[in-house]
Formats: sequence, C-alpha cells, structure tokens
Amino acid sequence: MTTIPETLVTIAYLVAGLLFIFSLGGLSAQESARRGNVFGMVGMLIAVLVTTFGPRVTSYTVLTGALVTGGAIGAALASRVGMTSMPQMVAILHSFVGAAAVLVGLATALDHSVRLYGAEATIHEVEIALGIFVGAITFTGSVVAYGKLQGLIGSKPLLLPGRHLINLIAFLGCLYLGFLFITYGDYFPPLWPLLAITGVACLLGILLVMAIGGADMPVVVSMLNSYSGWAAAAAGFMLENDLLIITGALVGSSGAILSYIMCRAMNRSFLSVILGGFGAEEGAAPAAGAQPAGEVKSITAEETAELLREAKSVIVVPGYGLAVAQAQHPLYELTQILRDRGVEVRFAIHPVAGRLPGHMNVLLAEARVPYDIVFEMEEVNEDFPDTDVAIVIGANDIVNPGALDDPSSPIYGMPILEVWKAKTCIVSKRGMASGYAGVDNPLFYKQNTRMLFGDAKQTVVKLIAELKTALSH
Amino acid sequence: MKLAVPKECRPGERRVALTPENVSRLIKMGFTVAVEHDAGAGASFDDHDYLAAGAEIVADTRQIWQTGDVLLKVQPPAPHPALGVHEADLIREGGTLVSFLYPGKNKDIIDKLAARKATAIAVDQIPRITRAQKMDALSSMANIAGYRAVVEAASFYGRFFTGQMTAAGRVPPAKVLVIGAGVAGLAAIGAARGMGAIVRAFDTRPTVKEQVKSMGAEFIELNVEEDGEGAGGYAKEMSPAFIKAEMAMFLAQAKEVDIIITTALIPNRPAPILITEEMVKAMKKGSVIVDLAAENGGNCALTEPGNVVERYGVHILGYTDLPSRLAPTASLLFGNNLTHLLADLGGASHFHLDLADEVVRGALVLRNGELLWPPPPRPPVVLPPDLKVPTAKVPVPHPKHEKKGGGVAGPVLALLATAGLVGLGLVAPPAFLSHLTVFALACIVGWQVVWNVTPALHTPLMSVTNAISGIIVIGGMLQVSGPPSSTIVMLGGAAILLASINIAGGFLVTQRMLKMFRK
Repeated sequence: MTTIPETLVTIAYLVAGLLFIFSLGGLSAQESARRGNVFGMVGMLIAVLVTTFGPRVTSYTVLTGALVTGGAIGAALASRVGMTSMPQMVAILHSFVGAAAVLVGLATALDHSVRLYGAEATIHEVEIALGIFVGAITFTGSVVAYGKLQGLIGSKPLLLPGRHLINLIAFLGCLYLGFLFITYGDYFPPLWPLLAITGVACLLGILLVMAIGGADMPVVVSMLNSYSGWAAAAAGFMLENDLLIITGALVGSSGAILSYIMCRAMNRSFLSVILGGFGAEEGAAPAAGAQPAGEVKSITAEETAELLREAKSVIVVPGYGLAVAQAQHPLYELTQILRDRGVEVRFAIHPVAGRLPGHMNVLLAEARVPYDIVFEMEEVNEDFPDTDVAIVIGANDIVNPGALDDPSSPIYGMPILEVWKAKTCIVSKRGMASGYAGVDNPLFYKQNTRMLFGDAKQTVVKLIAELKTALSH
Repeated sequence: MKLAVPKECRPGERRVALTPENVSRLIKMGFTVAVEHDAGAGASFDDHDYLAAGAEIVADTRQIWQTGDVLLKVQPPAPHPALGVHEADLIREGGTLVSFLYPGKNKDIIDKLAARKATAIAVDQIPRITRAQKMDALSSMANIAGYRAVVEAASFYGRFFTGQMTAAGRVPPAKVLVIGAGVAGLAAIGAARGMGAIVRAFDTRPTVKEQVKSMGAEFIELNVEEDGEGAGGYAKEMSPAFIKAEMAMFLAQAKEVDIIITTALIPNRPAPILITEEMVKAMKKGSVIVDLAAENGGNCALTEPGNVVERYGVHILGYTDLPSRLAPTASLLFGNNLTHLLADLGGASHFHLDLADEVVRGALVLRNGELLWPPPPRPPVVLPPDLKVPTAKVPVPHPKHEKKGGGVAGPVLALLATAGLVGLGLVAPPAFLSHLTVFALACIVGWQVVWNVTPALHTPLMSVTNAISGIIVIGGMLQVSGPPSSTIVMLGGAAILLASINIAGGFLVTQRMLKMFRK
C-alpha cells in the first residue's frame, strides 16, 4: 500500500485541527450547529485516514478490526440512547477517553524503539506519568458518575471521614511514584511505578466523584469532560503529535469553561464542588425550626386548567423531574393548545436545571418545542411579575426563594428563577420531598403558590384532557 | 400642639404647605391646625375648604407666625413684602419651623432663626434612605418639575411630539434628550414618552441605565469607564477625560434632537455647564432647552434663571418655579411628605426630636437655636430607585464566594510561573517547546471559541467535544504496527477500540440532538 509522506500528514493534521475549531465555533448558534458537527466529523475522518496511510503505520489487521468494532459499538449506543439519559451517555464516553489515555500511556512507556537522553528523557517520562494519572482519574471518575446518573449508585454524597486526607495522601503517593519513575536512572525505567500510579489514580477518581452529590452532577460531568481533554493533550505530548495536543487543549478548555459556568450558576466555588459535600458541609441540615410559615395549598388539574384558560401569559419552568417522568412530549402538546388560543407560552431554563449543562434544552428540542420560545434565566426572570401563571414542573432548588433571602440556606446566593412573582405559581411535584440540596422550599408556602401533586407526565396529560373538555364547551 | 400654615410670600409662589386633605389627616393625628387667610388660593384651595377640614383660619400674618408651635412652609423664610420684615424674625421664641431651608446657601436665614432660639427642620436635608422616601419632598418636587418641564417645552415647541401619518402628509416625531436621570429626569422621560416623542437619556451613573430603559427611553453610553455615583446615590464630579467625551456626545446630540431637558446637579456645587453656546448654535431653529438646574446657575451656558430667552432661534427655559406651576399637585405631595414626617416624629401626643434617628439627625438644622447642621457623615448608602418608577428594581447583591488570598497569590503565582518557564526554557529540547507553544495557543483558541457557545447547546457541545477527544485514537494507531502478539500492540488496539466508540458515539448522538432543535 502507498504511504503518505510525513509532511503531508502534518498538513492534514493542521486541517483537521482547524476543522475541530470550526466545529466548536459552529455551536455558537442553532443555525450553524449542524454544520459544526459535520466539520468535526470531516476533521476526524481526515485525521484517521492520513494516520492509517501515513509512514508510521505499517500493519492494518489490529487497527482495522478495532476501529470497525469500536465504531459499530459507538453507533449502536448513539442510536439507542434516550434524550433523558444523555448525561449517562456523556459520562460513560468520557470514561473511554480516560481509559484510552491510560492505555496509550502504558504502550508508550513500553515502546523502547526511541532512545532519549537527559532533559528530553525526563520530560518524556513526566508526560507519560501525567497522562496516565489524568487518564485514570477520568476513567474511574466517569464510571462512578455514570453509575450515579444511571441510578446504579446512590446519588447521595459518600462522605468518608477524613476523605480530604485520604485524597491528599493518594495524590502525594502518585507524585512520589511519578518521581520514582522519572528518576530511575535507567534508559528504560520499569513499568511498576506506572501501574501503581494507574491504580492509585483510579482509586482517587472513585473517591472524588463518590463524594459529590447528585445536584452537582452538571459540574462533575463538565469537569470530567475537561479532564478527558487534558488526558488527550498529555498523550499528544508523549507522542509528539500536535493534532492530539490541539484537540486535547480545545476539549480541555471547553470543559473548564462549562464547569466554570455551572459553578457560577450555583454561586459555588469550583473547589467546594469537587471536594464534595453539598449542604452536608455546613454540618447539620437546616434546623427543623426553620420550617417556613404559611400553609401548603393544593390544586386539582381541573382548577389548573381553568386558570390556564384565563391566562394571557404563561412561563414553564422545567427541572430534572420532567426528564424523569418523560413529560416533555405531553408538555409540548399542552403548550400548543395554549398557543393556539393566543396564550403567550415561554420556557425558562435555569443554567443548572437537569443533570448536564443544557440538558433541558435538549429534552425540549426532542419534544419539538421551538427554540425561540425557550429562554435563559437572565432573559426571562424580569418578566415573571407580568406573567399570569408560572408552572414549575419537576424543579425544586432552582426556584427556592431561600436562595435569595435566607442566609442560613445552603443554596443561599444561588441565582434562581423568581416564579413566585407571577400572579399564580403552579408547582407540579410528586410529593413534598425536598430537592437534591435537601432544603425545604419556602416557595410551596407562598400565598400565590398552588401545589399540583402527582407524577409530572400524568399531571400534564390530565391537564390536556381538562383543557380540551373545557374548550369544547 | 398647633400647626400653623402661613401664606407663602415669595412672588409667584403658588404652593401651600398643607392641603385641606392633609389638614384633616393631621387633625385625626391629634394636631390642631391654623391656616392663614388665602394661603391655599394659589393652589386652588379656598378658606372654606380648610374650614371644612377642621382648620382655623387666621387673617393676620404676624399672629399666625406667633401662635403656631410648628410652622409649616414651602419656601425658606424670606423678607415679607407686605409687612417689611423678614419672616424669620416673625417666628416666636423657641418655635419650630419645617420647610425647605437649603442651609448650605442660606446662612443668614439660619442665623436669624438661631437668634430666635428656634428649632428648624429642613425637609431638603432628609437623607435619601428607604425609610425616608415617603418624606422626601425633594423627590416629590423633582418628579413634578420633570413632568412640567416637558409640558413647558411642548408649549414652546412648534411641532407635534408624536409622529403622525395624516392624509395631508407625514409628521416626524420629536426627539428629546434628557440629561441626568434622577427623579426629575425619569419623570421627564415618562412624560415625553407619554406624548409620543423619541426619548434618549444620559447619566454619569451607569446604575440608572435600567431605570431609563424601564421608562422607555434609550440610554446613551460613553465608551469611558467611570462610575459617577457618589455618596447617597447622587452624582459626583467626573474626570476631565470623561467630561471631554461627554461634551463631544452632547454636541453630536444637539445637532439631532429637538428638545433638551437638563437636570444635572451635584450636591453642594453650582450646576455643571453641559450645554455650551456652541451646542445651542448647533441646534435646529425652533428647538427648546429646558434647564431644570437654573436655580443653581443652570446646565446651559445661556440660561437666564427665572426667564425664557431665545438665542440662535432656540428657546431656553430657565424657570425656577416649575413645581409651583403645578401648584395643587405639588402642594398635595408636599403636604403628604410633611404629614409623614410629623407622624414619624411621634404625632401630636409624642412629638419628639430623636437625635439617634438618622432621618431627624439629617434634617435637623437648629435645635432651640443651637446649630446642628451639617450632621456627622454617614457611610454611603445605595439609594433605592425612585417612587415614580414602577418597574425599577433594586439590584439584589448576591453574596459571592470570596477568592482566598487573591491579593498576594496573583503576583506570587506569576513569579513562580515565570521562574518555571525560564527553567524549562533552559533545559527543554526545542521540539518540546514547539509542542508547548501549540498547546498554549490551542488552549486560548478553545477558550475564545467556547465562550461563544449558546447555553442551549451546552449538551451538544459536550458530546461533540467528547467525540473530538476521541482523537486519542491516533495515539493507539501509531502503536499497533509491531508484531501482533506484543503487549504494545494489544494496548494500542484496546485504545483504538475505546476511542472509536467515542468518535462514532459522540458524533452520531450530537447529530441526533441537533436535528431536534428547530425554530
């Protein structure tokens, strides 16, 4: 088979790198997003093809077999996954990158065909150790995140006594093992320190993510996204491959920005999230004496339909409960009925609604809700006072007024959707349980709040039926 | 306890300190009220109205000054034209006066009152805190002045405010520039918008932008970073660079707008000159300037306080009595402010001047002749937006997590980073450094690109970056070219397998998601 010369490979890598940048750039607007994704695919195709036919690849059996098998598995996963389980899907995919980074690192360490001396050798060894360390944390961290999101592991944070100390020891241990590996002196240091780093880092990844509560999952997933990028970049350094470096850096910074945005949306510092323990950190949960004044008033679907019939403007605030109940499709049907009657219906999305950044947008898109009636928190928060009915479906902490006025609340300071400013606020909820943050919600006790108890999907379906009968009269 | 309302003696002043409505409320609070004959005439209240409300009518000016325990007035005491004495000399020994006093520029009046051992409360000195808003007579009057300024401008302006399409042809809308978006400025914006004009507003304090917009005006911004908000929410003086940019903007606006309403005041200073002769010249013939700062010298260089002048075809209105031109409403609001103040002081039964009370301490100029003004300085307070702005919001400060040790850590980190880079530069091979360059640049590119991603697409962003990070497949591909049985090949093959799941899965799932987004 003919091989492509090394220079051409480099140019092709450059093109692929640019395509990846355009791909991310395309996501800045809905209109260009699909084109962006296509850019990404083309870039990847170019990269894989030129590598295959490049000078450094001579045997094709293993390569083709693994590529085809992996591609098939990936395609199967992608076509099956439901939009509500996107967080899990993303998490498990991160773990693959992490694992691949570890494997590439180990293989590089075993590769004795290149001899390096002095500083060059040291740098190379640092790169390998670092790549394996980050890769291993990403791997197990993502697996645990997957387990939590899938419900295989309890979502409550696991707070081991002295966990900060354990984490610190594990981290220092990896540092020491890395030091051993680098300073071994021999041209080809033994593998065992690397294997030990893999083991300890795997443990560290588990401990770190186990300690983080379900409400912080958006941050964790984006943080792991970032790590997987850095792992790829580290692999690029050890293989002296600029494309890997560029791509890794792109992904790494993307994940970092997402984590930052999520933390800002919850008004929490990044460190306090990754070190774990939402709410539990402050010792005892808010005292039982802090029970908000007022009483909870419930409302039936029939009465709600009545309210909606009279309303001129409605804002819907969806939360994770919507995803759990799979209520997005009936919800859109309800929206359409109201819109046909000339009611202005809008959706308000809190940045940390759901378990993944932008999760709610994807769900609503799946239900074919047009994106021009879906708004971000800042865009719509001021409009609540002019709104007749605000409907909260499956959301809790993101509409908790305690975040604004109760300094003792663990979510104090987090920007929230001010739904109670609407004339009436309907809260659809299964029961009176508190949200992930474990905080009681004074919203439920507000004068103009009505609780619509029941499963979100059944409730919405009932509402549709009531509205239809009411309208046919 | 007897309240006394003398007739205002300043020529042209039509307001009165209490309306009949206020009188009946004060009587319910336990006060007795005496009103001078014809005191309310200018504001369309006659003696019968006051009698019906329960007040006593006193014909003699000296008598009303002498009998009242608390004198309520609008204007500061002035020489009485009919009697030939200064009003301040009429107050009885140890009496109390509540009115606008402006102690900063009326030292002679204060001295006269002090000689009478009087107690004086200056309603203009009531601090602008939330609790005192109901007593804030300056805001009440500013609101009226802002409205009236537009009405006056309209009467001198020879065209419609609102644009119209008539059968006879098109009439363009008037363009109004309001400078200074305090209470008066906002009221002017509201009135001009209500009449259909296109309104722009400028203020040195960026915090008022939201309020300006809420009133329906466009907020003009300068590209100079400087916050003009001083203590108590009032404006402060700006830097020369800011003023230069500001003046250039005013000149450009002057050529374009039909009406300029200026309301710029800085506490305890003459009003800043914002509209120069050159700008007046630049305005279209028939334009109107209303200078609400005329009393303090004026914001326009050509303003004649108290008069209307025409210069270069532009009418410049320097009225200093705008609230008085809306006397019934101005009297009602002023009277309401006084009623709230008297209620706050304990009403008739518990009337007491508590020096620990921030409002009393601020407004109390004299106590039994002893000068207590100016009050000791208070910490600056953020001013809650004004009464007349229905949609104005108080920004809720969100407590942010403090960055620990940010002050020292920055330079130290920079130093360490520099040292590290220098060390690396000394020992690292060139190839590594070129990779490092690529890495650093790629990080920055990624950072820039990703900030532009809309939040609605964050999930697709994650899945696409996920797919892209499958590029690590190349790492595996470069390692599988040894003998098939070797460990390296097996490790590499496994890496390819995992990474390619990622590539296919990531891209396809992104594609699926993006297809769903539709308008």
